[in-house]
Amino acid sequence: MSILVDSDTTFIVQGITGREAVNLTRECLDYGTGAKVVGGVTPGRKGREVHGVPVFDTVAQAVEHHGRPIDGSVVTVPPAFTKDAVFEAIENAIKLIVIVTERIPRRDVAQMVELAGLRGARIIGPNCLGIIVPDVIKMGGIGGPAKDAAKAYSPGPVGVISRSGGMTTEMSSTLTATGLGQSTAVSIGGDAIIGQTYAELMPLFEADEATQAIVIYTEPGGRMEAELARWTTENQSRLPIVAFMAGKFMDEMPGMSFGHAGTIVEGIQDTAAEKIARLAEAGIVVAEEISEIPGLVKQAVSERTPV
Amino acid sequence: MRFFEYEAREIVKRAGIPVTTFGFATTPEEARRAAEEIGGPVVIKSQVLTGGRMKAGGVQFADTPEEAAEKAGPVLELVINGQEPRGVLVDTKAEVEQEYYAGVVWDGIRKQPVILFSDMGGIDIEEVAEQHPDHVGRQHFSNILPLSEFQAKQVVAAVGVTGPALNKLVPIIKRLAQMFVDNDLTLCEINPLGRMADGSFVALDAHMDMENEARARHKALLEELGVGDDETREAREPTAFELAGEAVDNASHRGVAGNVTEFDGNIGLVIGAGGGSLTLFDAVRKYGGKPANYCEIGGNPSVEKACGLAKLVLQKPGVEKIAVMMSIVSNTRVDIVARGVIKACLELDMDPAEKIAIFRIPGAWEDEGFKILKKYGVEYADRSVSMHEAAERAVEKIGGRAA
Repeated sequence: MSILVDSDTTFIVQGITGREAVNLTRECLDYGTGAKVVGGVTPGRKGREVHGVPVFDTVAQAVEHHGRPIDGSVVTVPPAFTKDAVFEAIENAIKLIVIVTERIPRRDVAQMVELAGLRGARIIGPNCLGIIVPDVIKMGGIGGPAKDAAKAYSPGPVGVISRSGGMTTEMSSTLTATGLGQSTAVSIGGDAIIGQTYAELMPLFEADEATQAIVIYTEPGGRMEAELARWTTENQSRLPIVAFMAGKFMDEMPGMSFGHAGTIVEGIQDTAAEKIARLAEAGIVVAEEISEIPGLVKQAVSERTPV
Repeated sequence: MRFFEYEAREIVKRAGIPVTTFGFATTPEEARRAAEEIGGPVVIKSQVLTGGRMKAGGVQFADTPEEAAEKAGPVLELVINGQEPRGVLVDTKAEVEQEYYAGVVWDGIRKQPVILFSDMGGIDIEEVAEQHPDHVGRQHFSNILPLSEFQAKQVVAAVGVTGPALNKLVPIIKRLAQMFVDNDLTLCEINPLGRMADGSFVALDAHMDMENEARARHKALLEELGVGDDETREAREPTAFELAGEAVDNASHRGVAGNVTEFDGNIGLVIGAGGGSLTLFDAVRKYGGKPANYCEIGGNPSVEKACGLAKLVLQKPGVEKIAVMMSIVSNTRVDIVARGVIKACLELDMDPAEKIAIFRIPGAWEDEGFKILKKYGVEYADRSVSMHEAAERAVEKIGGRAA
């Protein structure tokens, strides 16, 4: 089992004729059981094909061609056009939108997220690599070409949520190497405002029988960890969580921006030290190094499952 | 991007919020003329992008234009927290009955802007929120629906303000929220917002940040304010090394060599990607290493870009070796980065095997990459060596030589 996507998920790629999007489409078609990429959209390019995927001018045309509602869209259009593309997807009844594009002003992101909320749609990202269910489907650039993704990801009990796309793969690969596979790995994006935070994805993992533990990657900036800590405490989550925090050095240099846009240290609640303390208070184990994660996951799972 | 107070004031004024008459001066003579135009006692405020102006002596009072010129001189020379002032703001010295606070910030959890209002202005809002929580009103507003007056009314009324003051504040607060939205601000604050003897309200200081990603949408405004495209307005000015890093990144379109930041250690870092760099920089420090720089490569950089960055770092005074490390790559190609960093060594007449302490980039095209590294005798690692182990190894190799 998995969250957000499965082998039946259909999706389109908006901005499909761009160089990165062409590669991404190939990767998704090749991975696992082969993603059902039912169309692509680039205005003015109707009638073309990208790796056999038909290209349309509008999302509405793609939906009409498919003949039934389409589940998802991967959006890879330039920042200035992203809001319109996402609105178009939402208003054409698409319910899962992965935004790959970086450097979108947060007012635009906030508008997209609010509209999605009103229409019952979910946004993953922006500035993310998407979602992968090992050996089944990947939606987005996560893990790269199919053969590279297959090397890092394997099916199993761990749900992975990460603000860094690359670190999603690094952590999953480390888990895979010790025999711990992943139920679903989600790259949620590194910006200050994102479609789905840790706490917003937790109910899905909670309801997913295949998931037995959660691993998260986090950075300074924002209050998403505090939100997660509160969620786990209030909901008495059945899932143990192991966290890794990068960017501790930033505590010593407030005001400088490193890593993702969301990591600008703005106040005491945003520092790495403060976040680690909050997570620990909520019973979330914080790993010092990536290589410690598998051991901590195994330990946490065995503690929760009486033999 | 942070605005200087004199710029922020101008934006507030354009938004239709009353401000005191003010002028901007870069010389004592200009300060004298500004004070003359104001025609009464003035405040002279240093224009720096840092706090603690008052304490440092960057705020002075003058009763006459002559005194304004006299007082402006030393303020214009005064370096505050390492920053030379851009100039001075010459402001009307206002007789305030009471100070209020009004601000707007983003709430990343609710994903909406939130208006903050307090009847205890003039001090840090964080302090008020902590010590007098009932004196801080909060009001989120929609990103999609038009801003409504009732939202401004609610946030003001929330702290107990009523009567004529409430009705005068509502349009000001609404304009402030609209200004936040219209200018893609990530923070705006009027503190203090003063209530004058006649009951009117005037913005006496303003503080705001515009989102860097949105600068292109506000070209006209930035031009009118005289904000140059090259002004980063970061916490500190970029160093020559950092500017050179930016030049490397701009030299070729493909991939990213971003956030090149100078530190004073002996380990040069060619690291990536975003999250990987944060992790690796921490890891180097955890094992006692002293990084010479921070950077983030990724997005499939060209050989030239990897080479340019490696050269820059290799030539930085004090750098003994470089460590080339990334989290597992799926888009960036291992072989291209390998070729880039080896090329950098060779072009500088350096031995790659000696200068590259470790190369740890697993992922796409790794077999091809490792083959090249092997040929030049460079120590490399695949994913079986963790990021922390690689960082430890780099520190060990440099420590061994420096000790």
